[in-house]
Amino acid sequence: MQWETVIGLEIHVQLATQSKIFSGSSTAFGAEPNTQASVIDLGFPGVLPVLNEEAVRMAVKFGLAIDANIDEKSVFARKNYFYPDLPKGYQISQFELPIVGKGYIEITLEDGSTRVIGVTRAHLEEDAGKSLHEDFHGMTGIDLNRTGTPLLEIVSEPDLRSAKEAIAYLKQIHSLIRYLGISDGNMAEGSMRCDANVSMRPKGQKEFGTRAEIKNVNSFRFVEKAINFEVERQIDLLEAGGKVVQETRLYDSTKDETRSMRSKEEANDYRYFPDPDLLPVVLDPAYIQSVRDSLPELPHQKRHRFVEQFNLSAYDADLLSTERETAEYFETVATAAGDAKLAANWVNGELAGALNRDNLELAQSPVSAEQLVQLLKRIQDDTISGKIAKTVFEAMWNGEGDADQIIETKGLKQVSDSGAIEALVDEVITNSPSQVENYRNADDAKRPKMLGYFVGQVMKASKGQANPKQVNQILLRKLNS
Amino acid sequence: MHNKTIAELSQGLSAGEYSSTELTQDFLRRISTLDKKYNSFITLTPEQALAAAELADQSRAAGNAGAFAGIPMAHKDIFCTNGIKTTCASKILDNFIAPYDATVVEKFKLAGAVCLGKTNMDEFAMGSSNETSFYGPVRNPWDTDCVPGGSSGGSAAAVAARLAPGATATDTGGSIRQPAALCGVTGLKPTYGRVSRWGMIAFASSLDQAGPIAQTAEDCAMMLNVMAGFDVKDSTSIDRAVPDYSQDLNNSLEGLRIGLPKEFFTDGLDPAIAQCLQAAVREYEKLGATVTEISLPHSDLSVPVYYVIAPAECSSNLSRFDAVRYGYRCDDPQDLEDLYKRSRGEGFGREVKRRILVGTYALSEGYFDAYYLKAQKLRRLIKEDFVKAYDEVDVIMGPTSPSTTFKLGEKTTDPVSMYLADIFTISTNLAGLPGMSVPCGFVDNKPVGLHVIGNYFDEARLLNVAHRYQQVTDWHQQTPEGI
Repeated sequence: MQWETVIGLEIHVQLATQSKIFSGSSTAFGAEPNTQASVIDLGFPGVLPVLNEEAVRMAVKFGLAIDANIDEKSVFARKNYFYPDLPKGYQISQFELPIVGKGYIEITLEDGSTRVIGVTRAHLEEDAGKSLHEDFHGMTGIDLNRTGTPLLEIVSEPDLRSAKEAIAYLKQIHSLIRYLGISDGNMAEGSMRCDANVSMRPKGQKEFGTRAEIKNVNSFRFVEKAINFEVERQIDLLEAGGKVVQETRLYDSTKDETRSMRSKEEANDYRYFPDPDLLPVVLDPAYIQSVRDSLPELPHQKRHRFVEQFNLSAYDADLLSTERETAEYFETVATAAGDAKLAANWVNGELAGALNRDNLELAQSPVSAEQLVQLLKRIQDDTISGKIAKTVFEAMWNGEGDADQIIETKGLKQVSDSGAIEALVDEVITNSPSQVENYRNADDAKRPKMLGYFVGQVMKASKGQANPKQVNQILLRKLNS
Repeated sequence: MHNKTIAELSQGLSAGEYSSTELTQDFLRRISTLDKKYNSFITLTPEQALAAAELADQSRAAGNAGAFAGIPMAHKDIFCTNGIKTTCASKILDNFIAPYDATVVEKFKLAGAVCLGKTNMDEFAMGSSNETSFYGPVRNPWDTDCVPGGSSGGSAAAVAARLAPGATATDTGGSIRQPAALCGVTGLKPTYGRVSRWGMIAFASSLDQAGPIAQTAEDCAMMLNVMAGFDVKDSTSIDRAVPDYSQDLNNSLEGLRIGLPKEFFTDGLDPAIAQCLQAAVREYEKLGATVTEISLPHSDLSVPVYYVIAPAECSSNLSRFDAVRYGYRCDDPQDLEDLYKRSRGEGFGREVKRRILVGTYALSEGYFDAYYLKAQKLRRLIKEDFVKAYDEVDVIMGPTSPSTTFKLGEKTTDPVSMYLADIFTISTNLAGLPGMSVPCGFVDNKPVGLHVIGNYFDEARLLNVAHRYQQVTDWHQQTPEGI
């Protein structure tokens, strides 16, 4: 049977506020356990939450960025359950009236096609603390530093049809929250966490199959692997005549498998009800407009503009617009160099490769946009060839100076003196009699391919510095005469 | 000295007739000799009290003291006090010392008040007789075989026995007014949001409100002047100017429109209590008030609505007492579930557990709409009854409690009969309105309270109405035998 995968994602994003959502404690990551937990975070008797307005602003920003409905009124509710790292015995969340209503996100797939994925809702809530099971023999340590960190939970529609699409969606959200400056999106530190609801149905069937929820997968790669594992597990199960049970499963990255954590029957009844300690959040249209006015150009807007303005392929435009810093870097280079295609090739090629190799963020790049522009100008004015430019780039990367300095001190200037090139060509022709003979006997269709040998020899003799265009011209003239 | 009101003591301190230190010593002595009979205090803080008294005396001498400087008083043990045990009368908090003051406590400190100690109460303010306290019941100074009412029974009994001239209290369904009535003292529950709830241990957050218990309305006004006001730490406190509640106490009651809800004066009301109320109403007519019968048609829903909403909120509010971070922890827990079950099982008393169970049930999937949501809808109807009534009248009067004080143990086996003790006070909490209980007579030497309900933020008028009555009556000046 042909199966169709149905995936919905619930993404928890830690908002980059200075203080917690209901208390004044710092949200900084990595402090000594329990040093960033006030009596409010600790759930002491008689203490009360006060809403952090910055968290609201960030949530509204996100909502507007995905064209979602922002209701004038949203309500905080208590989600009740017992767990040692949940100090109050309830999590303050939103249930019936979330701050962000229905919206959508456009994703670009590897083949350059796009899909629109629905976002059901996004709501504000407080993060729980952490239970530390290692280091405490037979006991559990509780670190409440994370307690009360603001979270935006973004719930997608079951619109995703493959692990690849899920990753594209996740990356799009990641890109968006970083553009908006509402989260660093650092999955390793838990700033962005993902639960995936996965189900299968026979292709063509309308009804959804029974889903399993995979909890807290903490990297893009693991999300993809966990979904792929789960898809295979469910297909195997269904094809063997079994049934998928509704349950929560945990992904084990060391074994690359998902395991049952709890069944639907064991699930908590959270007894949601409006939190009587907090008033409903009421947002007036002027406030929403002021947030709208503060939005930057968003990734999908940039992507479309790059295609139109710079004539880039959808794939290149997508790569360049995913990170705000990359997009800005690219635009600086493209505008100053006046050649967007060349700029795109260098930013997506050499630069991205070097960053990746050295595990650096763009902000840490040893080669600035301005420096790269200088290098590209030297290609454009034929001072160096594209190939030599890569050598110059490596030198720039290693801090040996800017492009002009390196070309000068290393003597990499392209030889464009036609006399010098002619001499080299003559030398090569003289030294390769059999190749010359073959070339001259070949028909026109085969000749261009055979020319490559001679170009290579001349370039080699010039140590790469001969102007390839001129080499070609002179060779053709001499060989065809 | 102990029979003096706060207003009188404040004048005496100003005039230098006695020092705060002397006053404080006097009240501490009274407590140590008399409170064995009443059990109105859980914790005494003599050292801190005397230190505060000395500071107050210094500031009085320096001439920069406010009206409350050096006045001894007590806090209900529901208000967190920095460095001093706060138990909420529960075993589960028997060892709990908060590292912060409730806003109410902080405000009295800033006013220079002298806290003598923390008063007894029903466990987590759940009860109407003060019998659910882990520290034993409080006894009514008018009859020590009888209850003081609850949940602020310790505060009411302490004022009635003149162990403190005033005490803070809280009221979720009648917990200030009912014990004030049963102990023959004056109590005020302000409008919801008038007084900060920060540091006040929550029972039912949408109903809880702090207020004063004292001998007179004048003293309640002085205490409310200290307590009231917006607090950034409590999102439900209301940002609205606080008037000087002592200012309008003597305003004329000429033309005051009093409404008597027919639903409060049914055949079911004890005729002896009804007589006291009628006499009080006649006093008001003499003071120039007009009286009309009104209707609050949804009154009969108050108790059932309350006993869904209050337990629902408490079931969630009390989840934090899980033995993980503070509070009572059972011996030798085997695992997490055992830790939760035994700590909470051993730490909470029966009534608290009953309400947690009821509330958990009311919020459960499949029951939420039928109970919690329905109750919220009815709560709005109850509120609308009052809003309509205040188009026609300025204050509403009725009985605070359907009966005078009752014997210890009389209602402990029948929770519903206990719940009905608050039948007249609960609707005010559901509507968020201010209400007062004012002594208005005795039946068989047991005090009766007149319940005066005001419009939103109309505390000044309530205090004025009560004060003028206390100028022409002396019910509030009566003391139990031997006091």
